[in-house]
Amino acid sequence: MPTLSYVAPGTVKDAIAALSGASGLVKVLSGGTDLLVQLRTGRVKPDLIVDLKKIPGLIGIKDDGAGAFTIGAATPCAELGEHAALCKAWPGVIEAANLIGSTQVQGRASLAGNLCNASPAADSVPAMIAAGMTCVVAGPKGERTVPVESICTGPGKTSLAKGEFVIAFKLPKRAAKSADAYLRFIPRTEMDIAVVGCGVDVSLDAKGVCTAAKVVLGAVAPTAVIVADAAKALVGNKLDDATLAKLDAAARAACKPIDDKRGTIEYRVKVAGVLARRTAAIAFERAGGR
Amino acid sequence: MSKQHVTATINGEATEFLCEPQQTLLDALRDILNLTGSKEGCGSGDCGACSVIVDGRLVCSCLMLGVEAEGHKIETIESLAVNGQLHPLQQKFLEHAALQCGFCTPGFLVAAKALLDRNPNPDETEIRYWLAGNLCRCTGYDKIVRAVQDAAAEMRR
Repeated sequence: MPTLSYVAPGTVKDAIAALSGASGLVKVLSGGTDLLVQLRTGRVKPDLIVDLKKIPGLIGIKDDGAGAFTIGAATPCAELGEHAALCKAWPGVIEAANLIGSTQVQGRASLAGNLCNASPAADSVPAMIAAGMTCVVAGPKGERTVPVESICTGPGKTSLAKGEFVIAFKLPKRAAKSADAYLRFIPRTEMDIAVVGCGVDVSLDAKGVCTAAKVVLGAVAPTAVIVADAAKALVGNKLDDATLAKLDAAARAACKPIDDKRGTIEYRVKVAGVLARRTAAIAFERAGGR
Repeated sequence: MSKQHVTATINGEATEFLCEPQQTLLDALRDILNLTGSKEGCGSGDCGACSVIVDGRLVCSCLMLGVEAEGHKIETIESLAVNGQLHPLQQKFLEHAALQCGFCTPGFLVAAKALLDRNPNPDETEIRYWLAGNLCRCTGYDKIVRAVQDAAAEMRR
């Protein structure tokens, strides 16, 4: 019977060496709220677990003083919600991160874990993509900074190569008259997995007309979907009824969902349109459009 | 792989133990350190019966490896009563009959303590959301919420 080994390297270099040098299945551990469940059920049987949390900077939020943020990959989501400046600048990212699981799960769960577990229903992912967030990936060939949307390639699958892992997330300075929002639909009020999730980020001009937008849906396709037509519907417009109708139609058209116990295909498609409208309304209001 | 040596502060005491890499913190607490107050309900982070406080943060000890405790400060249900004197939360759970079978109670008490450590005066909604990760199938929650509110009031006095 294969036995499990555990290491907690103290540097990025040692972590890369541990990950790339190992034979058999290696899993990266940040918060562990998905990995430990998978270990228990036997869904994954790693030979080695590499815990990143002893690497300096992997937990914590850095504010560069000029409005940009760097978030350590394994920072617990609860800590994100306690950071006043981060919450003020990027409320959509934070409300998405803080929807993941219970208080207990929030104490461990991280953005990197939510992203790299690659669930189509991950709450933080549509919000991070909408916000234009990037992540720093470390690996045997050095570091690269890539958009969050380049990581997930399918359910449980990522574009990360052997030896690579996410070390940090970056959020730029928030422009004036712009804001983000995230909503998810679940059949109860707490502790459930998204039927649909929607992240919206908008920038407005002085008159409240949208100048840039990003609309991203979760749980309606194998990965989060950037809905270009939904953004197109918003740009150049205020959030009037005609614009909302176009947004709703574009969101519905982008869905390729599955049928499951949480929702049928038809239901998910319908909810995606409604959620896009509601999320956009919150983002516009936060950006000062109303 | 052989057992790994872990040093942590558990309920205020420097503690060393040996554990297998796959053992959870809950396994280590219960089976190695004989701190059997923390319970295993689901083992998947859904029920909260294994709640402990790590460096001031509420977590499920079933979702943490024992080896991850290295260098950290862990508080378990065993730390609530001091010298046989019940914590106000424990006292109020008894007075309000906020437990029946009692299996979920250690988790609720630890979770409620973590809440009151941060917020000495939570309203009912805050309590209900904070405790949404703790499942009880006996009480229907109302008595638990009232016990927490009453304990909070007493602790503010």
